[in-house]
Amino acid sequence: MRRWILLCLSFFVVPAHAVLNIEITGAGEHQTPVSLVRFAGDAATAQGLLDIVGSDLIRTGLFKLVDPAGKTPHEPRDIRPSEWVGVEAVLIGSIQSMDDGKVAVKFRLLDLVRNAELLSQVVTAKEDQVRAIGHRIADMVYERLTGSPGVFSTRIAYVSRDEGVYRLVVADSDGDNEQALLTSKEPIMSPSWSPDGRQIAYVSFEKRRAMVYVQSLSSRKRTLIADFPGSNSAPAWSPDGTQIAMVLTRDGESQIYVANSNGGRLRRITYSDAIDTEPSFSPDGQSLLFTSDRGGSPQIYRVSIEGGSVERLTFESGNAFSPRFHPDGKSFVFAHFGDGVFHIAVHDLESRQTQILTAGGWEKKPSFAPNGKMILFATEVQGRGILATVSSDGRVKQKMVAQRGDIREPMWGPFLK
Amino acid sequence: MKKLILSVLLLNLLAACSSNPPKEEVAEPATTSAATTEAPAADAQGATATDAQAAADAQAAADAQAALMEKNSVYFPFDVDAVQDADRETIMNHAEYLASHPDAKVRVEGNADERGSSEYNLGLGQRRAKNTKRALVLGGASDSQIETVSYGEEKPRCSEHNEACWAQNRRADINYSAQ
Repeated sequence: MRRWILLCLSFFVVPAHAVLNIEITGAGEHQTPVSLVRFAGDAATAQGLLDIVGSDLIRTGLFKLVDPAGKTPHEPRDIRPSEWVGVEAVLIGSIQSMDDGKVAVKFRLLDLVRNAELLSQVVTAKEDQVRAIGHRIADMVYERLTGSPGVFSTRIAYVSRDEGVYRLVVADSDGDNEQALLTSKEPIMSPSWSPDGRQIAYVSFEKRRAMVYVQSLSSRKRTLIADFPGSNSAPAWSPDGTQIAMVLTRDGESQIYVANSNGGRLRRITYSDAIDTEPSFSPDGQSLLFTSDRGGSPQIYRVSIEGGSVERLTFESGNAFSPRFHPDGKSFVFAHFGDGVFHIAVHDLESRQTQILTAGGWEKKPSFAPNGKMILFATEVQGRGILATVSSDGRVKQKMVAQRGDIREPMWGPFLK
Repeated sequence: MKKLILSVLLLNLLAACSSNPPKEEVAEPATTSAATTEAPAADAQGATATDAQAAADAQAAADAQAALMEKNSVYFPFDVDAVQDADRETIMNHAEYLASHPDAKVRVEGNADERGSSEYNLGLGQRRAKNTKRALVLGGASDSQIETVSYGEEKPRCSEHNEACWAQNRRADINYSAQ
């Protein structure tokens, strides 16, 4: 009977989860051949886990999944290297149900080239958290094989617009497991993650003009932090989470201000007769990138957090918008508009070179994954806004096509501590 | 006199019913103009004629208001926030209306096309609203009658990627009903 109820539940749950179709193009320069063996234990759970780890790894373009071709080793002693020619690493493991409704997932990652054990871990979680376990395993596998931390357990935020209803959505990094934080008949813009991943600042028009709110993900409690006359927008957190940069028109033009994260102790950073907007803190918290049309057309500038002199960074033909720092602070991503299309581009602060990463289209609002390896942005398919990612070297691209609604304003969240 | 008031009320109702949505836009000015025609009309030749005259005046005023309210958007070229000469008449009509109706209040809502970031466009829409307000004030409206807001690219009138569509979205709306 219990099993029957579970089946029914999953029947209803599945459509809600199958929100996105993912289309991947391109491949990394080197693809590590990896074999994932379905873990021992409950077959459905093991298959679900395998699917999540597999699709996470595939999406990076850095791995080639090699079919184990019927072989089902669950312990290192079951592996005969002669049967795995051409495979660099194998993931094996088992799932055990425990008395308290939890499962223990034991897994190992074996390097078949050097005959070494790369990972040996046990993860326990509730039965319904298989997705989360899968992402954690994929994170660890990715880190062992590439040297960079994985971002599969991180979350993203975006705004969806469907038949006049706006939703502020938080989802897993693969776009699945989406939850609406706010639903409104008026526009929502510019979600921005607090560095600890626990709060989101955003712009809502629910009081009939743009105001900045901060909302807790766990309690859903929210605070209105800026409702000055005119527009209040473009919130961006400082790396230590104590301050929020934002754009206010209370003194006339759109100018950049910094306040404490509760809205207090407001101070003005830029003084121009131009539109200064879209501030983004440097990882050291000492400067802000922003968009300004002070030079005649929108371009990217940098200003110290103490205010003072402003440096222009982009000199492209066309316009530059929406700068976001790479987590290492050495480059930034932005949306370039020229010849009638938007591209996602990266500007290296040292070499002062700009590299266009995408083919072009309605590509807007880029942000780096917290490991700096991928960029999330908004694009469009058949007139509908969707999420897309591109690897930082431009080689691997993926589109995540939602089954309904118009998706905009994505922002990749931080590592969860 | 009772009859007159009744007929004016009826006219108001008619005006309200025949007006385009949003209703408040037309109904409110019609009330005001009917009330101002009431005094001279009462001095005229008789109740029946007065009724007819008041009805005609009120109707004319209502029509004029309807025409005014129908044209309540001004348009801008790409990435430009200055009010254009082509919209001078629209601005003057609304400025005069606001000047002669000190109790009337409007929201000027600035908008932008999608060729920019949403935040930049919010700034651009704010400038368009502000410049439209300035033009209305220069035309005789009072500063306190006009609130400015920006919707940036968030409320497009048209959602295709072409100039015909973008041109409709680069606008400021002078909105009476939204107070």
